[in-house]
Amino acid sequence: MRILPCADSGLLVELDDLDQVLALHAALTERTLPGVVDLVPAARTLLVSLDPEHADRRALVEVIREAPLTGGELVDRGLLTVPVVYDGADLGEVSRLTGLSRREVVRAHTGTEWRVAFGGFAPGFGYLVGGDPRLEVPRRGESRTSVPAGSVGLAGKFSGVYPKASPGGWQLIGRTELEIWRTDRDPPALLRPGVRVRFEEGS
Amino acid sequence: MTGPNPATIGATSGGRTGRELEVLRSGPLSTVQDLGRTGLAATGVGVSGAADRRSLRLANRLVGNTEGAAAVEVTLGGLWVRARSTLVVALTGASFPVTVDGRTAASHTVLTLGNGSELRVGQCRTGMRGYLAVRGGVEVPPVLGSRATDTLAGLGPRPLEVGSVLPVGEPHGGFPRVDAAPIATPPGGDLTLSVRLGPRQDWFTREALRRLLGEPFVVTQDSDRVGMRLSGPSLPRRETGELPSEGMVGGALQVPPDGRPTLCLADHPVTGGYPVIAVVPSAHLPTAAQARPGQRLWFRAVEESEP
Repeated sequence: MRILPCADSGLLVELDDLDQVLALHAALTERTLPGVVDLVPAARTLLVSLDPEHADRRALVEVIREAPLTGGELVDRGLLTVPVVYDGADLGEVSRLTGLSRREVVRAHTGTEWRVAFGGFAPGFGYLVGGDPRLEVPRRGESRTSVPAGSVGLAGKFSGVYPKASPGGWQLIGRTELEIWRTDRDPPALLRPGVRVRFEEGS
Repeated sequence: MTGPNPATIGATSGGRTGRELEVLRSGPLSTVQDLGRTGLAATGVGVSGAADRRSLRLANRLVGNTEGAAAVEVTLGGLWVRARSTLVVALTGASFPVTVDGRTAASHTVLTLGNGSELRVGQCRTGMRGYLAVRGGVEVPPVLGSRATDTLAGLGPRPLEVGSVLPVGEPHGGFPRVDAAPIATPPGGDLTLSVRLGPRQDWFTREALRRLLGEPFVVTQDSDRVGMRLSGPSLPRRETGELPSEGMVGGALQVPPDGRPTLCLADHPVTGGYPVIAVVPSAHLPTAAQARPGQRLWFRAVEESEP
């Protein structure tokens, strides 16, 4: 574990892998820590955002160093079924990169239960893990300036759904009509950390 | 998926006068801002809120609001508003010429607008952003716990436009005892900003660190509430791999592959995939938020013990 300061506004905790990130996130979420305003989990890091006026950074570093880094199971926030039309612009490219046929890509994507590990990038975007390892593909060489809302993509070991039209560099394999982000709904995000996801082929 | 259009808010009042501010001109960008949203980063929602929080707080204190009440953030000036009842306001931040019904008034003072009075904020001479607080606070409906417009995420009310009507809350609490704040306006020349190296300074060459702390940068036109693109010396990387996206704080100096840093401001994304070479400490962020395109910046490294 490395703890890297972000001036007085945060501590970036660098860990070995996502499991450790989730374990530390779970351990810190359980505690009331004065001056901690937010926790931002990512693939290999947990950012502890601080209110500099109320945070005791030395005490926090102690708490972080002593936290358990195993057994950080995600809280189960239920199963969400996401209907997808698999006609994404990069389906052919994903098929080429993986050596699977288009049908096999679809079967692999719908064949396992995914779960939301963490958010970031944009409101309502969730990084989904737990997919078929054959689906690991790099990001596109060049980002698109606008990816339509509802696009379903792959990058690295992650899958995700674009909550609204935005720039993006993931390989697009399909789209869903499901509104995964609405600010007039509570909670606004359907894909929150801990939600399990089944993709289902629709027409 | 953005918040409600402020033009419709309060529009039901028709000819009746209420505690409202009517926007006659909006300037290049005027938005409603408070201290933003916290605790939502896991779903990708950043803090947003006033870019210069010190000036927002001051404006609110002048009119007797709580420090985090919503106010109007004016960018470079050009905001004209009409009071639809007697309202008490104060403008802080950049150095703006102000008139009330054509008469010269002063920023950083408490101003009383009569029903129908027009307040005009001219172009600022130095600095970038002003805060027009109104006693009672701007009371557009909050979205996810805040009235702030997050220009990146598309949350909160749309930027103000001609005809927007802003509802104003009922004042509570005692009236403030000061009627002017003797605050130095933002300087127009070179600015020196403190930075603390890291979290990813080890991704950069020693030459990059030397340039960051020894050569000036210039704020480019490509600057907004999300961040300021800086031109100047390129900051070469030592590590050439791809950094997995990670959480970022306000004030982060993020360096994309072209080596030209971006200084993250209020609406910065929650996570970023480029290494952060250094971070501007929170106390210096208001100064950064008042830097305008063309202005030169120097960065000075601070130790942990310094503020």
